[in-house]
Amino acid sequence: MAETATKQRTVKFIITRRERPDAAPYTEEFEVPYRPNMNVISALMEIQRNPVKADGGKTAPVCWESNCLEEVCGACSMVINGKPRQACSALVDKLEQPIRLEPMSTFPVVRDLVINRERMFQALKKVKAWIPIDGTYDLGPGPRMAESKRQWAYELSKCMTCGVCLEACPNVNDRSTFIGPAPISQVRLFNAHPTGEMNAHERLEALMDDGGIEGCGNSQNCVRSCPKGIPLTTSIAAINRDTTKQLFKKWLSM
Amino acid sequence: MSGNSYLPRKLHSLLGVIPLGLFFIEHALTNYSAFEGGREGFLDSVHGLHKLPLIFFLEMFVIWLPILFHGVYGLYIAYQSNLNTGRFSYGRNWAFALQRITGVITFIFVIWHVWNTRVQVALGHTTYDEIGNHMHQIVTQPLNFTLYVIAVIAAVFHFSNGLWAFLVSWGITVGPRAQRVSSNICMGIFVIVSVLFLLSLFAFRSDEFASAAAAGAAFGPVTFG
Ligand code: HEM
Ligand code: SF4
Ligand code: FES
Repeated sequence: MAETATKQRTVKFIITRRERPDAAPYTEEFEVPYRPNMNVISALMEIQRNPVKADGGKTAPVCWESNCLEEVCGACSMVINGKPRQACSALVDKLEQPIRLEPMSTFPVVRDLVINRERMFQALKKVKAWIPIDGTYDLGPGPRMAESKRQWAYELSKCMTCGVCLEACPNVNDRSTFIGPAPISQVRLFNAHPTGEMNAHERLEALMDDGGIEGCGNSQNCVRSCPKGIPLTTSIAAINRDTTKQLFKKWLSM
Repeated sequence: MSGNSYLPRKLHSLLGVIPLGLFFIEHALTNYSAFEGGREGFLDSVHGLHKLPLIFFLEMFVIWLPILFHGVYGLYIAYQSNLNTGRFSYGRNWAFALQRITGVITFIFVIWHVWNTRVQVALGHTTYDEIGNHMHQIVTQPLNFTLYVIAVIAAVFHFSNGLWAFLVSWGITVGPRAQRVSSNICMGIFVIVSVLFLLSLFAFRSDEFASAAAAGAAFGPVTFG
């Protein structure tokens, strides 16, 4: 009867999948019923509820990761229509169809769209991206940070280790040991802190080691890709300056 | 590569500008004297250079060793990079890709060009007095001329964009505005130095440098390869 009128509008997805880390990737197509304001995560939830491909065949539900659903945790990063970004803030209305989803394969792929971002957390440990305040007695309040500094440092603190900047970087790959843009910017953040500054040289030394800041080749894709608008290339250049100073300081005091 | 790559990478960056960049500018100016002063002007420049004291050591430490290290390590850096301009077609990413591509072109060209010129002098096939005529023979062949034009533009891009990258790598240009201004300046340098080299290539093609070419032809033209 009124079949054409009620025929549901759908959204087409082409998803790159793989069953195991070492398995070969393949693509599957899905048509998901359209709902106003839906995002890529809600579409993936729909596929989870009804794991049927566009051709009608049944398949295993697509795996992905997400937590906050408000672009602050970084867990849902994937390559959407060729660009790495967060699935939770990728609105279907603003995407060209068919929507292509791929894992960020700079990282080890666990399954389907799930990746292992462990290297980012290892990198934060390597560069000591924290402020050491633990001790056996109360050290009292530390020095204050100037408001003018706090303002730009706050921008750097927005990093959610999502991995998008590493995925965008042509120098992060398995032929290179480059640590990636995010941890370099974190060194700038923690070195800007009046207490963190007391260990500044340790963080700089960590970046003057193999796979450190010298791996940057200035493609500047990172700053164009960071969802938090972190001035990554400014951080890298600033740390280039600080590591250069550290190099000469070390030579002259030898 | 194992061990610490920070120092070799810093050395690579430094050598690109000092001394290689300085030599490169000197080379552009010497050649340009062929355009400005013709045969005489070029001969004067060449003689001036070869009157420098300790020329053997100058060549060794200002040209051969730096270009060997920068070139070979540069190939390794290029090998370590992905080219992802398809996915991220931003201007700076294109410059990043071209820096590597032009580095490889420069590497191949330098071997050929040094074989054409300096090695032929060393082998006694030509002399510094005849080098202008020798160049005339090479660049009047259309294939050689085309290759020289491509390689010269590639090398000048590599130097100019390398200068921009050098300023970032040493933390001299930090903020986006400083980097934008230096990018404009470096592209200006690209245009100017390209023009210098191209004008000298055209000058070498002119009849003025053909005069002694007949004598030079006795040992056969040096062709591509
Ligand atoms: C002989 C073959 C050469 C190769 C294979 C080569 C390769 C490279 C590569 C791959 C880079 C990029 C490094 C990076 O951005 O991380 C580079 C940078 C550079 N090159 Fe070369 N290059 C060669 C010759 C030259 C010559 C003759 C000059 C001088 C005119 C030069 C000047 C520079 C400069 C100034 C940089 C920038 C350094 C930096 O990034 O800090 N290169 N080269
Ligand atoms: S710097 Fe930006 S792109 Fe890189 S991990 Fe942090 S939030 Fe993600
Ligand atoms: S779910 Fe946290 S950023 Fe998308």
